[in-house]
Amino acid sequence: MKTDKNQKSRGSDMALIVTVCLIIMFAGIAGGAAEKKMVTVKGSDTMVHLVSHWAEWFMKQRPDVEAAVTGGGSGTGIAALINGTTEICASSREMKDKEKQQAKAKGVEVKEIVVARDGIAVVVNPQNPVSELDMEQLGGIFTGSLTKWNQVGGVSDKEILVFSRESSSGTYVFFQEHVLKNKDYAVKAKLMPATSAIIEAVASDADSIGYVGLGYAQAAKDKVRVIGVKADANLPAVMPSEETVISGKYPIARPLYLYVSIAAREDVTAFAGFCLSKDGQEIVRQEGYVTVK
Amino acid sequence: MKRTWKEKLIEKSLKWTATLSIVIVICIFIFIFKEAVPFAKKPGLGELFRIRWAPVSPLRESFGILPLVTGSVLVTALAMLLTIPFGVGSAVYISEVAAPWEREILKPFIEMLAGIPSVVIGFFGLMVLVPLVKSCFGLATGLTAFSGGLLLALMAIPTVTSISEDALRSVPRSYKEASLALGASRIRTIWRVTVPAALSGITAAVMLGAGRVIGETMAVMMVTGNAAVITFWPFESVRTMTATVAAEMGEVAFGSDHYRALFCIGIILLAAAFGLNVAAQKVLGRYRMGK
Repeated sequence: MKTDKNQKSRGSDMALIVTVCLIIMFAGIAGGAAEKKMVTVKGSDTMVHLVSHWAEWFMKQRPDVEAAVTGGGSGTGIAALINGTTEICASSREMKDKEKQQAKAKGVEVKEIVVARDGIAVVVNPQNPVSELDMEQLGGIFTGSLTKWNQVGGVSDKEILVFSRESSSGTYVFFQEHVLKNKDYAVKAKLMPATSAIIEAVASDADSIGYVGLGYAQAAKDKVRVIGVKADANLPAVMPSEETVISGKYPIARPLYLYVSIAAREDVTAFAGFCLSKDGQEIVRQEGYVTVK
Repeated sequence: MKRTWKEKLIEKSLKWTATLSIVIVICIFIFIFKEAVPFAKKPGLGELFRIRWAPVSPLRESFGILPLVTGSVLVTALAMLLTIPFGVGSAVYISEVAAPWEREILKPFIEMLAGIPSVVIGFFGLMVLVPLVKSCFGLATGLTAFSGGLLLALMAIPTVTSISEDALRSVPRSYKEASLALGASRIRTIWRVTVPAALSGITAAVMLGAGRVIGETMAVMMVTGNAAVITFWPFESVRTMTATVAAEMGEVAFGSDHYRALFCIGIILLAAAFGLNVAAQKVLGRYRMGK
C-alpha cells in the first residue's frame, strides 16, 4: 500500500517537472521590453560585428536609447532606409545613383558617412620566394583552380596550402566577394578559428598562404611575410598599409559607410557621431579595421 | 509533528536537486528539436545528404553534413585506435602488475590528465604536437585528422584507464588463484583469465571514452585544419561536427537555414553521445549483474 502511494507521488512529481520545463520555455517568449527610444541599424553583414560593438558602447553612454543591429546585406539595409523601416543603414558599398534617386522620390535625403576602412593583407611563409600576386592569381589560389606554387611564379612544385578564416567571419565574406569574385572557396581550404591560428599555420608551413586583417599582419611581421597585391597583372604591386588603404591604391580594401537621413532624430545622429568619436574609432581599431581619422 | 514536516521539506528539496539534471536534459532536447525541425520543411532534409558543406556562399548555400560526419568518425576512430592499447594497457599494469606504491603515484596522475581543460590541451597540441606530427611524417602541414586523434586519445585515456582498472580489480580473486594453481604464468593469467573476465567493463570504458571523444570540440578545432573534405586518410585535414557548430554558431543569422542546419548537427551529436552512453551503461549493467 505504502509503495503504491510513493509511486503515485513520483508520477505526479514527473508531471510537475515537465510543467516547469514548459513554463521556462515560454517565459522567454512572453518577456517584454521597457519603453525606450529605439535606434535601428540595418545592413552589411560584414559590419554587423563592428556596429554591434558600437551599439553596446553607445547604449552605455546613452541609457535612454536602445540600439538594435541587424544584418541582411548592404542592399537590404539601403532598401530599408529608403522605405523608412530603419534609421541607420550600414553599408560596405557606396549607394548607387539609382538608389539615391529612389530615396529622393520618397522624400528621404540621405547623408553618407565613412566610418571605417577595411583592408586585408595576404601573408605567406617567410621562406616563400613569391613576393607579389595579382588579383586573378589570388582568386585562382583560393578557389582551388591554381594549386601549385610554380603556377604563380614560385619555384616549389608543392601544393599550395590555403588557409582561410571561418565562414562566420566578415573577412571571409569580404575576401570571397572581392578576391574570389563571389565564387566558393576551395573545398581543401583550411578554415581556422582565429586570425592568430592563421598566422601560426602560415609561419610554420612553408607552402601556405592566408589572409588576415591589416592590423594583425603588421603585428606579426616577423613571423609571416606580407605580399604585395596587383590590382591587375600589368600594374605595379602595392603593399598594404594605412596609407595605401586610405588612398585606395591597395586593391583588397574598401571604405565602410553609414547612411542616415538628414532629417533624422537627435538620438540617431548621436549614434553616427559616436562612431566617429575617439571611442568609436578605438573600437574600429580593436575590430581590426583601419580608422578614418 | 514539526519534525516530520521539516524532514519532508528536506527530502523534497533533495529530490528536486537530484531531478534538476533530468529537467535540464529534457529542456535541452526540446530546445534543440524546436530549433532544428523547421529545416525539414525548408530546405528539406535531403539537403543534409549533399556532399559539400558551404553554408556561406553567394552562389548556392550547401548544407551537406557528410564531410562533417566522416570527419568526426575518422578523428574518433583514430583516437580510439590509440586509446584502447594505451588505456587498457595502463589499466592492466596498474591493477595487476604495479606495486602498491607505484599505483599510488600512477592513478592520481592519470586521473589528473582528465582534469586538464580541453582548450589547454588544444593549445599544447597546436604548439607542440602539430609541428611534431608534421616533421615526423614529413607532411606539408601538421593540421591533420591524425593530430586531432592523438590529442583526443590523450583526453580519453584517463577515462578508459580509470574505468577499466575498476573492472579489472573487481574480477574475483578466485579466478586468478585457480589459473595460477593450474600452472599458468602470471602474464597468461592476466590475458587469458583476468582481462576476459573484465571484458564487458573494459568495453563500457571504451564506449564512454568514445562518447567523450566525439563530443570534444575546442582541442579538435585547433588542430584538425577544419577543411570540409570527405576522406579516410589520417594525414588530411578534416572538419568535425563539433568544430563546425562551435565555429559557426557565433555569427549565424538567427532563424536562417544555416542556423537550423547547425541544430541538425546538434541532434546527430546528441544522438551519438546518448547512444554510446546508453550502450555503455547497458554493458556495464550486464557486467555488474553477472558478477
